[in-house]
Amino acid sequence: MTRSFTGDEFAAAIRRSFPGAVIQSERDAVVVQREAVRDICFYLRDNPELQFDFLSSVTATDYVDYFEVVYHLFSIAHNHSAVLKAWAEGRTNPWVPSVVAVWKGADLQEREMWDLLGVRCEGHPNLKRIMMWEGYPGHPLRKDFLEFDHRTFQAALQPTES
Amino acid sequence: MVQPSPFVVNMGPQHPSTHGVLRLRLVLDGESVLDIEAVLGYLHSSKEKLQETHTYLQTIPVTDRMDYLSSMTNNLGCALAIEKLAGIPVPDRATYIRVIMSELQRIASHCAALGFFFNDMGAWHSPLMYFLQQREKVLDIFEMVCGARLTYNYIRPGGVSQDLPPEFYPVVTKFLDELPRTLDEMEQYLWDNEIVRSRTVNIGVLPRELAINSSVTGPVLRGSGVKWDIRKADPYCFFDRFDFNVPVGEKGDCFDRFMVRLYELRESIKILRQAMEQLPPGPWRSEVPVIFRPQAGDAYGHIESPRGELGYYLVSDGSVSPWRFHVRAPSFINLTALREMVIGHKLADVAVIVGSLDVVMGEVDR
Repeated sequence: MTRSFTGDEFAAAIRRSFPGAVIQSERDAVVVQREAVRDICFYLRDNPELQFDFLSSVTATDYVDYFEVVYHLFSIAHNHSAVLKAWAEGRTNPWVPSVVAVWKGADLQEREMWDLLGVRCEGHPNLKRIMMWEGYPGHPLRKDFLEFDHRTFQAALQPTES
Repeated sequence: MVQPSPFVVNMGPQHPSTHGVLRLRLVLDGESVLDIEAVLGYLHSSKEKLQETHTYLQTIPVTDRMDYLSSMTNNLGCALAIEKLAGIPVPDRATYIRVIMSELQRIASHCAALGFFFNDMGAWHSPLMYFLQQREKVLDIFEMVCGARLTYNYIRPGGVSQDLPPEFYPVVTKFLDELPRTLDEMEQYLWDNEIVRSRTVNIGVLPRELAINSSVTGPVLRGSGVKWDIRKADPYCFFDRFDFNVPVGEKGDCFDRFMVRLYELRESIKILRQAMEQLPPGPWRSEVPVIFRPQAGDAYGHIESPRGELGYYLVSDGSVSPWRFHVRAPSFINLTALREMVIGHKLADVAVIVGSLDVVMGEVDR
């Protein structure tokens, strides 16, 4: 059975090397400072006791005031799992560091986060839209993407380079 | 003297070998592939946004249509995530029925995957028709149980939608008795086939470390030598009560992935026989209101679908609809490894490698 780290256990493991990075620990997850995310992820992957070599999923949620990015981490070597979260404040330019350098599997998922939610992943080598086309107005999965404006949509349908 | 220069060729989105609307932008030097880029989104229908307007029970039919070649496992993953979020119990009979449906679905899905893999290779429709003949028997069983052949909407939060009919047991037992002989025949004429070997061995090699780092899962990961199957590593639905093996490849080439899928078919037969024996009587679903409000919070439920780790990340705000409904689609993330597998090979190998990845565009694009 995969052993899931509780929030407190995971926070203790992270605090050993990154004392000020943990913002809060929830029941199953830990929220860390977004600037520290990439360094923490390198540590989580390379530390031999933790060895979170497998990134199952990285996605984001729109909580209106802020965006929360969730990383579901697994260790194939030790068969344990943990959940890491980071907050991106505000709606105008939310960003988190990209973890593509740590796990290549984050590549397409971070592009999807940018495309559908507008959360930039700083350091991603190829942050292009993936589901929608370049030039599409807005980010569809956001909570304020509700009004379907026909004129804007018609303008966006004009052919662009692809 | 004519100097060739690399040129860009577009493969898809309408192409018989791309398993749906997958567009591949290839940079070719003659026939060698220098670069490949997958352009996605041709089947994007904003299912994740749509789910935010549905009640939790209404989210199940939409999940059918994501990985449309294995709807039972889609329903199962979603139901498990919702049950985790809302704390809904599931009776034992329902759990065993879920295991039976999920393994029958694995047989049907792998038959389709293998059949089309050989179709892409140029064996045209002979092996495809033999595999689809077995898949048809499974689809007939599903039609007997829930009335549908492709999108079942059968596994719901709390159990399954209806009980198994009385003719289920003899029909499935007969199917399980006949299937191994067909698989033996397919293996005999495909395993040592010189053309199959030359087109799949050492083609599309994915090394073990790269496979783990690229988050690939399912037969693609196991073909590269990593023994990671969620049914064994993080058992759900009583999978720890069954005795079965997890086939693992060695090199990570297309042949290993084909071999893993073929042997998984045999392991599914083993699991099915045990599940049918252990199936207890009792209720097939627990009392769940049609519209319910889970507590605010989030849950991640994952299962081993025929294509890999299918995960559902659900966030609830205490209302009747999910606040966020994210699907960790295995085919989508398996495409991360496509570039490393294809570069250096020839144009003809691209179709074989994409076929061995077994992508279903419904879950890639959602």
